[in-house]
Amino acid sequence: MPRNWLAATGNSPPVADALRQALAIAGKDLAIEWRTKTALVSSLAFAILVLAVLFFARDPTAVSALDIAPGALWVTFTFAAMIGLNRAFLLERENRAMDGILLAPVPPGAVFFGKLAANLVFVGTVELVSLPLFVLFYDVGLERGLLPLLGVTAMATLAFVAIGTLLSSMVVRTRFAELMLPLLLLPFLVPPVVGAVQVTARILAERPLSEVAGWLKLLAAFDIAFVTASTLLFRATLEE
Amino acid sequence: MTRDRAQALARRGSLLTAAALLGLAGVYVRALVFTPIERFQGPAQKIFYVHAPAAWSALLAFAVTGLLSVLYLWLRDRRLDLVAAASAEVGLAFSVVMLTTGPIWAKPIWGTWWTWDARLTSTLFIFLLFVGYQVLRGAMVDPDVRARYSAVIGILGLVLVPFIHLTVYLFRTLHPDPVVMKPGSPSLPGEMLVTLLVSLGVFTLLYLGFLAQRYALGVLRDLQDEEASRALS
Repeated sequence: MPRNWLAATGNSPPVADALRQALAIAGKDLAIEWRTKTALVSSLAFAILVLAVLFFARDPTAVSALDIAPGALWVTFTFAAMIGLNRAFLLERENRAMDGILLAPVPPGAVFFGKLAANLVFVGTVELVSLPLFVLFYDVGLERGLLPLLGVTAMATLAFVAIGTLLSSMVVRTRFAELMLPLLLLPFLVPPVVGAVQVTARILAERPLSEVAGWLKLLAAFDIAFVTASTLLFRATLEE
Repeated sequence: MTRDRAQALARRGSLLTAAALLGLAGVYVRALVFTPIERFQGPAQKIFYVHAPAAWSALLAFAVTGLLSVLYLWLRDRRLDLVAAASAEVGLAFSVVMLTTGPIWAKPIWGTWWTWDARLTSTLFIFLLFVGYQVLRGAMVDPDVRARYSAVIGILGLVLVPFIHLTVYLFRTLHPDPVVMKPGSPSLPGEMLVTLLVSLGVFTLLYLGFLAQRYALGVLRDLQDEEASRALS
């Protein structure tokens, strides 16, 4: 990595600079995670545990595994993501590393997008690894539904990771940070998770996506509203 | 604001609250004795005169918190943060009234204590969001950071409410529920309407009285913290 990676070069447009800086921050976070793998391994193990426990959390004579499969998948995704989300800013709290980032000539938007990108890669990895296990455990057929399912997963994940990134930047500076993130984040998970569960249920039942057009619109609107709001509000959580 | 002015505000707030509580007693008498019994719902409908105004005050309180949060991030005036926090706390109190009187009414009328109707669900999640708002405030020491973080939650809440409402609406249209019914008919007969409007006024006064007292308390607590830190340094 060149030493002047974070510095604006002066001869490239500001957007390109901000993008490069965001990528540098995301790369730094992912490199730290890749070297320790603590959060990744614990989130993955947690995801597998939740999938397995939820399989038995029903009356097998009355409710088939397929009936609870969409809900189980999304409870797993969101809870596993929540475990990982605190990590992004906990890293910066040690040795007051955040001060270093704030001292660098990097706009807050670039810091936010860097953190968001690293979190998206992290949560996306957990989801991509737990999805085959979900197919295996719940015996669902995904021959035709795989691409739509990946699509709706991306939409819902973007929404709650954006809000989660913003909220985790605040809660790491409070007492009981690990307790505070779920308390603040869960109300915001209602629209994306309910929507994603509805769409997933239709995909698993091999119904046409036109049946859930309303939900897809809701997810898209939620993404736009909260990625924008989180980006704008992030500045307010930073300044000293 | 000085200590004297804050204490004067607290006194005015308690006078307003006392007047509103007298009014509330009047609402009880009027609702129970001088308002006709509703033909279909019977006496259970009387709880509506407390429930609907409490819901109004709760949502008014949270809307005030959301708007003051926007204004705080813009103007950075500490008073805006203190009023927003006071309003959120008062809103929680009214929410508890709303969320307890609702099921008591719903059991005889709907036949169930709770149903996942759009309005019930939205208010429940707004309530929980503002519980989180209060817990977050309690977990922070630096008043400026606390003000900024609370404002962020207040604004996010403002954006979230329509989405939750829309979510439950879409959920319900997929699974229609035969018991969905409005808590009150929109065209109330004259005497009932008057009782409701009087009660709405009384609850708004109660909100303002509580808000003034809670805000004055917040100012006094801030002054005390400042004096304490000055004494230490």
